[in-house]
Amino acid sequence: MSAHYSPLRVKLVEGNKSLGQITDEICRPMNRLPSKSWWLAFLVAFSALMMGIGAITYQVLVGIGTWGLNTSVGWAFDITNFVFWIGIGHAGTLISAILFLFRQKWRTSINRSAEAMTLFAVMCAGLFPLIHMGRPWLAFWVGPYPNTRGSLWPNPRSPLLWDVFAISTYFLVSAGFWYVGLIPDLATIRDKSTSKIKKFIFGVLSLGWNGSNRIWSRYETVYMLLAGLATPLVLSVHSIVSMDFATSVIPGWHTTIFPPYFVAGAVFSGFGMVLTLMIIARKVLNLHEYITTTHIERMCKIALLTGSMVGLAYGTEFFIAWYSGSIYERFTFLNRAFGPFAWAYWIMVSCNVITPQLFWFKKLRTNVKWVFIISIFINIGMWFERFVIIVTSLHRDYLPSNWTGYVPTKIEVMTLIGVFGLFFTLFLIFCRVLPMISIGEVKSVVSYANTRNKEH
Amino acid sequence: MSQTYVVAYFEHEDDILGATRKSRESGHTIVDVFTPYAVHGMDEAMGLRFSRMTWVCFIFGMLGALGAVFGQMYITMVDWPAVIGGKPLNSLPAYIPITFECAVLFGGLGSIVVLFARSKLFPFKKPDFLLPSVTNDKFALVLKADSATITAKDLQPFFADFGATHIEERLEDTLTVAEGAPGSGPVHQTETTHH
Repeated sequence: MSAHYSPLRVKLVEGNKSLGQITDEICRPMNRLPSKSWWLAFLVAFSALMMGIGAITYQVLVGIGTWGLNTSVGWAFDITNFVFWIGIGHAGTLISAILFLFRQKWRTSINRSAEAMTLFAVMCAGLFPLIHMGRPWLAFWVGPYPNTRGSLWPNPRSPLLWDVFAISTYFLVSAGFWYVGLIPDLATIRDKSTSKIKKFIFGVLSLGWNGSNRIWSRYETVYMLLAGLATPLVLSVHSIVSMDFATSVIPGWHTTIFPPYFVAGAVFSGFGMVLTLMIIARKVLNLHEYITTTHIERMCKIALLTGSMVGLAYGTEFFIAWYSGSIYERFTFLNRAFGPFAWAYWIMVSCNVITPQLFWFKKLRTNVKWVFIISIFINIGMWFERFVIIVTSLHRDYLPSNWTGYVPTKIEVMTLIGVFGLFFTLFLIFCRVLPMISIGEVKSVVSYANTRNKEH
Repeated sequence: MSQTYVVAYFEHEDDILGATRKSRESGHTIVDVFTPYAVHGMDEAMGLRFSRMTWVCFIFGMLGALGAVFGQMYITMVDWPAVIGGKPLNSLPAYIPITFECAVLFGGLGSIVVLFARSKLFPFKKPDFLLPSVTNDKFALVLKADSATITAKDLQPFFADFGATHIEERLEDTLTVAEGAPGSGPVHQTETTHH
């Protein structure tokens, strides 16, 4: 009956585990006190978060004038960060939804934490437009609701309103997908745990799940539907983010290549972040047998593919800037590469075009230390990509009398660090209170080797 | 009137699949199968129909899409017509992104809500008929004991082929067990040692 067993197939989880063992090992971090390294990481992240809260409070009280923006560079650090964080989220959805539809079973060890990463990244992203509004308590004005001002509606032809819908849909659907995926595991913990408080909390959260196959059948259908919905959704989100730029008539922004280019870049940067997080998590939480070198190698391959797409997009942009014959386009791109922000441009090129090419070598792909270093470079490079696209296009526009520079203020840098703190604080708490790996799904991938006949 | 059920426990995916298939072929009434994860092929083995959740998702998605299209048309053409960027009042192509997002939002959240409602999953619910270890490492097949011949003892050789570790009878009013399901209610127990 175990027809789908193949000796050629690489094992997804190492160390011939029984089902009970999987539950115990994945839940282990939840049942013991946090280690010293966890506390250290948490302390750093939490301090950064506190600094960020201070910076955000200050700029909300004083105003957006605390930023380094000027009349030419009206968008800079905040939108860079917004696009950066939204992009990070995309890898999580790619792992959880697209790899699910393609039946890539290796995703089971990493999808839970990648989806959590998506949610936290979208939260971080959402903060920036909220702060940029200046009066964040009026953020609900972006929603189309009947009001006493007319009703005055938001403009549905504006890409910024598309963004509102795209980001909120992305967050809600990702959160739903993640929670639905969690329910069976929450029930497992409810039934395994001996502490009364834990039993109660997980009992409430698991909604009375009992493992009935009649429910499983429905559940699997819904899970597949959500994956099917999340797949075009994730492509649409960064396409719409790119339209914030592409629908304007700014040289360097006004290009049709933007949607696919942004989506590839988003997935690339997201995989950079997933690799960073997973390499730390498997080390700190001792999950080497679940998140194996094979997993890391496969993620590196996706980073290589999307990184090459990004490199191709950079080349295409340059070619089209010349081929279009538009002097403004041509100037913008030459200015990017050789103007005052050339340093940022070349950081971007070396991190995003050259670094991922190292993944062609299996030796580097399977060497965790190297992968970690490269993943950091990807994170840096993709942050600079957004900075370059946004700032270099704005700081020298059609009229030379408009030309300015841009330097971020302390407040902007503190906000960026603070939001990193928020992201890592949330992720570290998640690692402690919820099963970081999908217990049920991992069981289903080890099962083909876990038949009675093979044991004897 | 309370109903007697026969519950057989297994430890492997192949075994529960085989036992379920055989039970169905021999005409037993399968009440349910409880597994720690979604077992591939179990729907066919139990003879379940394809879930209709796809239709739910489609209908909710359509509602979202239609609501978004007409909502945007109402805003820009009826309630507050304004010429923006020289475009016609009904600039349909510009409505596509929001329409798409609303379709995904309604389709996704609608399916989740209906999944919970249809499966009677809600916060503070006591799990129905919760068998020991089925959310961890055991697989359980529950049959209806319709006649005198279907008892745990009679079914023992039937399940032995599949390495059943334990077979028990449970007397329940309905499938809903009120108090502490694990271990409660077995009227008659038979231990089988296969290994």
